[in-house]
Amino acid sequence: MTDAELAELVKSALFKVAPDLEGEEIAAEQRFRDQFEVDSMDLFNFVIELHRATGIDIPERDYPRLETLAGCVAYLKAKGFGK
Amino acid sequence: MTLMRKITYREAVREALKEALERDERVFLMGEDVGRYGGAYACSKGLLQEFGEQRIRDTPLSESGFVGAGIGAALGGMRPIVEIMTVNFSLLALDQIVNNAATLRHMSGGQFSVPIVIRMATGAGRQLAAQHSHSLECWFAHVPGLKVVAPATVADARGMLWTAILDPDPVIIFEHAMLYNDEGEVAAEGDLAVDIGSAAVRRAGRDASLITYGGGLKKALSAAERLAGDGIDCEVIDLRTLRPLDDKTIMASVVKTHRAVIVDEGWRSGSLAAEISARIMEQALYDLDAPVARVCSAEVPIPYPRHLETAATPQPEAIVSAVKGVMRK
Amino acid sequence: MIEFRMPSLGADMEAGKLVEWLKKPGDLLSRGDVIAVVETQKGAIEIEVFNDGVLDEILTKTGENVPVGHVIATIRGKDEAPGLAPGAAVAPVAATPAKVPPKEALPPPRPEAPAVQVQITPAARRRALELGIDLATVKPGPRGIVGIDQVEAAQPLAKERPGIVFDEMRKAIAAAMTRSHREIPHYYVTSTLDVSPLMSWLEEENVRRPVPARLIYAVPLIRAAALALKSASELNGHYEGGAFEPAGHINMGIAVAMRGGGLIAPAILEVETLGMDHLMERLRDLVARVRGGRLRSSELSQGTVTFSNLGDETADAILPLIYPPQVAIIGCGQIAERPWVDDGKVIVRRTLTVSVAGDHRVSDGRRAAQFLTHFQQLLHNPEKL
Repeated sequence: MTDAELAELVKSALFKVAPDLEGEEIAAEQRFRDQFEVDSMDLFNFVIELHRATGIDIPERDYPRLETLAGCVAYLKAKGFGK
Repeated sequence: MTLMRKITYREAVREALKEALERDERVFLMGEDVGRYGGAYACSKGLLQEFGEQRIRDTPLSESGFVGAGIGAALGGMRPIVEIMTVNFSLLALDQIVNNAATLRHMSGGQFSVPIVIRMATGAGRQLAAQHSHSLECWFAHVPGLKVVAPATVADARGMLWTAILDPDPVIIFEHAMLYNDEGEVAAEGDLAVDIGSAAVRRAGRDASLITYGGGLKKALSAAERLAGDGIDCEVIDLRTLRPLDDKTIMASVVKTHRAVIVDEGWRSGSLAAEISARIMEQALYDLDAPVARVCSAEVPIPYPRHLETAATPQPEAIVSAVKGVMRK
Repeated sequence: MIEFRMPSLGADMEAGKLVEWLKKPGDLLSRGDVIAVVETQKGAIEIEVFNDGVLDEILTKTGENVPVGHVIATIRGKDEAPGLAPGAAVAPVAATPAKVPPKEALPPPRPEAPAVQVQITPAARRRALELGIDLATVKPGPRGIVGIDQVEAAQPLAKERPGIVFDEMRKAIAAAMTRSHREIPHYYVTSTLDVSPLMSWLEEENVRRPVPARLIYAVPLIRAAALALKSASELNGHYEGGAFEPAGHINMGIAVAMRGGGLIAPAILEVETLGMDHLMERLRDLVARVRGGRLRSSELSQGTVTFSNLGDETADAILPLIYPPQVAIIGCGQIAERPWVDDGKVIVRRTLTVSVAGDHRVSDGRRAAQFLTHFQQLLHNPEKL
């Protein structure tokens, strides 16, 4: 998958968890929680959704790498998803 | 990838007749001019030569008599295909169809069934004037004990006959006279029988549901093409079976689009369109964004002059207009 | 024959609008069944019946605004004879306008009756109900007809969720907090806890668990609070009419922030009976329903204590206000690493500051401090929670 496709996957996981954010522009390097009012429950559900969509097991210690859109894309690539 | 071939509606009917005669020796065709003449619409051309006088029987000019004989043959264990030249002449056999074919199962407490198939041409468009241009499908669709189908495509004309023959109860097949020359695709091989009982979505859409049957299908599709150019996306439903009606498919469409336009060549009053409109009101009222619209024939005997015949029957312009009406555009 | 009355769904609710009946006369009812949807300042709330029986008669039409306590339906026993014949016209037993205090929750006054009767399609009516739009404010379209398009065009531009109007939410919070500050003599007790054992245990637990089954740290906090409250009855119950009634169960309100502003604290009922996995599920369900705007009346009116977790990157401590008629609230600040003294040495630990606010008419600082000590002890043995 290209970076753009990975980004779309990440975005749709986020919108699934927070449907009211659908249509919003997401800055790639800014943390989700700084751009939008998402709290730890939302981010927790987001990780679950990413896990469900990709099948990747995401250990808790990796959660900090999933705080931005760019971070998520890099993480998925590093885990070999979409190769 | 199935190989397809192109044939005319007329050829499809003939192929279907041939297949039925070949598959089951109880099947025979009877009607006016079906044998030596090859059929009033040339649907049985060559069949007398191929299958002989026992299987292809020319009847006297007496609908009540020969339809009654067909009913008797069916009661006796045969599988007759009775051709009434057009629905206009079926009026002379209504007593046989309604009081015998449709009701013998009921009146005999299930001891007798009447596995008859009656084929009739129907509709206007060839300047045959008032007595020869009727669309009376709704009268037959009114009667319990009958199944009524209206193949609008070549594939359905090819495939509905065998299914009708297998049915142990009377099935009436309406062939719109303006469809015989139309070409369409059927599979090159395999079993071509199709189901009787379900409607088909011929064109998926979001803005309005165009519901029609028989000769109305190509007019509805033509109207849908024009409306697409105006940014209106129509869903076109071919009813295929007029009794029983496939409520499920109709309502699924109306719930999606919120607007319904019914195209029916019968006269508006007491039409099949009126029945469908009532059902939509009963089952999908809260999904409607406009009253159900009907495009039907004008309340006049069908005229002879071409321009008046055209004006009196449903045409794509009127369908386009009706859709714009329910869209309030 | 039982009279079913418009319930009070919040400390300051005076009236509610009956938005939808979910049962009809003749329907069998069991205790806990949702019977109708009511719109209040806090949004669309599903109201439940508390008796078994048969719905006899509906006395309030959809769209009617009625005061709290007003009889909106009657319920008969299964063997009782019905009241009025079904379908008999029921004159609304509505309070006269003078009795119902004017509330922002009521629709704006209708403009002068237009010369042409406005025609509204069935689909438009349904869409308006779904979106929480008042049809009186929708501009008719071509031919004076209000259709789906007109209703959808009338949606407010801000992304407000159906059934919840944020201005109304803030007014409700303002009213409740004002009453709290005015009526309840608050005292506060705070404590900073070493939560390193808790967090280490949680991290090990979560390594063992697949992603969807993991726990967030609020869950053991809530569990520990519930267990500690079992022996702190002066912190769990309602104070009303000059008297305190301790509750038999712990219905813990969980403060949930809503995107776009607004805070609501629906209760997890009988929280002390739930193990941590169940608690996690209930928490997720609750937050989802808060975000979706659909809560139940029992969740809003039966809370006996509230828990407010600020969460990450917020502040060290919170001194919260008690939600009347409750008598206590527990607030947790963020987890932060701090210097800690252990056995004469300074080390770094993860710490959390927890505050308990109590109603001084019912309890005193000592009681709350005992609760905190117990709470802390429980958190030092997380595997036993």
